[in-house]
Amino acid sequence: MAADTTLAGLDALDLGDGTPGRGARDRVARISNAVWPKVAAVALVWVIWEIVHLTGWKHYVLPGPGVTLSNLWAQAQTGLLWHAIGDTMERAVIGYALALVIGTVVGLLVARVPLLRSAVGSLITGLQTMPSAAWIPFAIILFGLNTSAILFIIVMAAAPAVANAMIAGVDYTPPLLLKAGKVMGLGGLSLTRFLILPAALPTFVAGLKQAWAFTWHALLTAELLVLVAGQPSIGVLFQADQDQTDMASTIAVMIVILILGVIVDALFVRANSAIRRRWGLS
Amino acid sequence: MTTTAMTETAVALAGVSKVYGRGGTAVRALDQVSLTAAPGEFTCLIGASGCGKSTLLSLVAGLDRPTSGDVTVSGRVALMFQEPGLFPWLTAAGNVELALRAHKVPRNQRKARTGELLEAVQLGGFGGKRPHELSGGMRQRVALARALAQDADVLLMDEPFGALDAMTRDLLHDELDRVRERVGKRLTVLFVTHNVREAVRLGDRVVLLSSRPGRVIAEYPVPVERPRRIDSAPVAELASVITDRLREEVSRHGR
Repeated sequence: MAADTTLAGLDALDLGDGTPGRGARDRVARISNAVWPKVAAVALVWVIWEIVHLTGWKHYVLPGPGVTLSNLWAQAQTGLLWHAIGDTMERAVIGYALALVIGTVVGLLVARVPLLRSAVGSLITGLQTMPSAAWIPFAIILFGLNTSAILFIIVMAAAPAVANAMIAGVDYTPPLLLKAGKVMGLGGLSLTRFLILPAALPTFVAGLKQAWAFTWHALLTAELLVLVAGQPSIGVLFQADQDQTDMASTIAVMIVILILGVIVDALFVRANSAIRRRWGLS
Repeated sequence: MTTTAMTETAVALAGVSKVYGRGGTAVRALDQVSLTAAPGEFTCLIGASGCGKSTLLSLVAGLDRPTSGDVTVSGRVALMFQEPGLFPWLTAAGNVELALRAHKVPRNQRKARTGELLEAVQLGGFGGKRPHELSGGMRQRVALARALAQDADVLLMDEPFGALDAMTRDLLHDELDRVRERVGKRLTVLFVTHNVREAVRLGDRVVLLSSRPGRVIAEYPVPVERPRRIDSAPVAELASVITDRLREEVSRHGR
């Protein structure tokens, strides 16, 4: 019995008292620490922009930040901008979801089946380096000027990145865990489901962020060239601004794209750090 | 590898050799190793680097095949490593439960069985913790619970306490003795270690292997009553005899 209590005592000592609790004040400090550098960066860009504007460089086309932001504010009052953002985001989400499903399945098959890997492994990387603009004629001829063409272009850009993320995740499964799983009696499908997939998750999620970047690039490229009648997308807004040489509106829309990018990036960072915390990596 | 349940040996290696690679660069890891372990026997394998201890365990576990000779194991095999090898995405209980699931234990029995197994390694209250929240010794106990969950008849242990501090290791020696009594069946153990005292403390028998290639050069029964202590005189005496023989073998490589 003495040994029992010694072991329990040692466990208690090893684990310590746990991490000190975070109070509300810490939380405020943490948020302000995270926010102020970003605010400062925005202010810096504003100042540089204002200076460039004041020098009068290309002043007949280049508006200052004040004009641009009031333009953005005015656009935000109309339904058109929100409608356009809604349409574009809808395409992004559907295209990304399709790429996710196709890329995950293809990636998993390629990673687990040696014959497939030697056959199409390098093809996937080749596809990933193909500029999405190169798919546009193909997509328009195949589908016509409609949403399907845009979704196709997104999938061709993002699915290879998803597949490569899956392959990398599977390849980086620690050999010790594989050995442990095999000795435990996991094999075939259960090995994939209970070991390979969860082990691949951190690498996979990191790769998904890159796939999102591909989605976003491909989508904007496609929207500028595949104009779908009756659907006000961000690409359509750009096209109209370009036709009217409306630089203030153009920059306003670019700011919208930037903000959307920052928001989505923050979501990925959150997912990533949640997984890392779960695994004890951070 | 063949599995038979009729014989009264739990593990039998007959003239087992293992060669890695081919031609001039081939490495002979094991050479004509013959070894048997009776059901319930605790055998410690000891040797310097390059004695093929880990190769031997891989062969018994069925992870690898011998180049020549026969490996016979009766019953199920579980393997523990120097690192716990727990799955970081699962809790301690989740890790144990997955082993039960892999062995087709019905869902409604898994939870209770997981609790029993964690209780057996004195981690009853820690099922909800993730591996990184536990100390090295606790993780290794979860790994032991996971190995027991595989309902194994033969437990292979590859330097399982090698990475732990001395105090934790001594306590885990006691723990291992107790767990073997509690499992309610004759659990055969093959335990690989570099630590001669540990081998004498734990084993019914200590088998000394030579290095490059690995051969059985001596066997020592351990006639010390249990419960044992690693710092008791009989353990230390036998350990020093074995250490002398081991050093003799190691110095052969320096000449």
